[in-house]
Amino acid sequence: MITKRIIPCLDIKNGRVVKGTNFQGLSDVSSPIELAKHYSDCGADELVFYDITASAEGRQLFTDVLREVASQIFIPLTVGGGINTVDDFDRVLKCGADKVSVNSGAIRNPQLIYEAAQKYGSQCVVLSADIKRVDGQFRVFAKGGREDTGMEAIAWIKKGVALGAGEVVVNSIDTDGVKQGFDIEMLQAVCDAVNVPVIASGGAGSVQHFTDLFRAIPTIDAALAASVFHFGQIAIPDLKQELKKNNIIVRL
Amino acid sequence: MIAVVDYGVGNLFSLCCSLERIGADAKVTSDPAEIRGAEKIILPGVGAFADAAKKLRDSGLDKVILEQAAASKEIMGICLGMQLLFEKSYEFGEHTGLGLLKGSVIGMEGTLPTELKIPHIGWNALHFTKESKLLKYIKEGDCVYFVHSFYVDPGAESVVATAEYGKFVTAAVQCGNVMGCQFHPEKSGEVGLNILRAFCEKEETL
Repeated sequence: MITKRIIPCLDIKNGRVVKGTNFQGLSDVSSPIELAKHYSDCGADELVFYDITASAEGRQLFTDVLREVASQIFIPLTVGGGINTVDDFDRVLKCGADKVSVNSGAIRNPQLIYEAAQKYGSQCVVLSADIKRVDGQFRVFAKGGREDTGMEAIAWIKKGVALGAGEVVVNSIDTDGVKQGFDIEMLQAVCDAVNVPVIASGGAGSVQHFTDLFRAIPTIDAALAASVFHFGQIAIPDLKQELKKNNIIVRL
Repeated sequence: MIAVVDYGVGNLFSLCCSLERIGADAKVTSDPAEIRGAEKIILPGVGAFADAAKKLRDSGLDKVILEQAAASKEIMGICLGMQLLFEKSYEFGEHTGLGLLKGSVIGMEGTLPTELKIPHIGWNALHFTKESKLLKYIKEGDCVYFVHSFYVDPGAESVVATAEYGKFVTAAVQCGNVMGCQFHPEKSGEVGLNILRAFCEKEETL
């Protein structure tokens, strides 16, 4: 049977890993290559790298880091951040990324999803959405969670999948950084709406939160987290053992 | 030298890095002479079957691979590269493959329980059905990374390992010197490297 995936996410700025709480107050955590190797060795099923640099120099450092990680670590790598054109897909795929996640770039130009899926296949295109409750509605936010797009999230995700996105990352701004558990209600709504893999993000604070997630939503495919892994609050081998004990199928 | 056949399909960066990691002397090439001179051949590939089969034919490398297979050289197909080894595929129509292995490639759509998603993406456990050199350094139940929507009909004689995804789908095949895997060994951690290792190691003299 297919296993549930555990995915550490590394936010990269100027070639280093950072992690914020509610997207603010970033602090340097570690070297991306060392951290990636550590995660791969301890059983991470996939790694996500978000490039949060804005400058051209930062972007260059990012692709250098990516190339180095990809040449040493043989698990799937997803790259996001600053992906606005098909050329951006090309740039990171050449450096060893397996999948590319789009967020603000796709909000500005939804055809990006279609064009990239046509060129590289749907399996390569991940739609990442930052979602927050506004006036009783799930609302899509752009620019790293700073800008309310006014779009209803479920409709946006359905549109993205119809355009060719092969996977969806749902990041709940409401639960991100709070460490009180994943946003089950929001994630369930997305899982009910699409038939491509859905990855939960935002809110992991303990092993129990992962167990709760996979138990509450059997159709969720993966859980993504950053700081609980980076700061060693949760060790991936312990997490996977605990999931297994709870009859959740994982790769050990 | 191990020739990684470059016929313009897919990204070979990770595959080359993983071959380098296991110490294999691999070279990406589209040169028939180099492929003929290689000890073994890897046929990679991602994307659509029809497009890849056409590119392989247009490049003339299909004939080189067939001729080398007939000369008993070991050939390993990866992902779509494995599917191309078979007689035909029903991916968006009916298309002819290399025909080195008997059987056909069929779609998952409409054949899986409704709660299962297509494509089959993620880590899944291998069930061994026959002995194969590819499986020499790994064990039953080891997980490997899959990304695909079409699969080789598991009734094929050459199937040596399957994975369960609503049904048994073909994971690895071998018939004599022709073999392959549906999953991505270059993305399957240490297990994947061990599969490449088994393929790449020099034959013990008999």
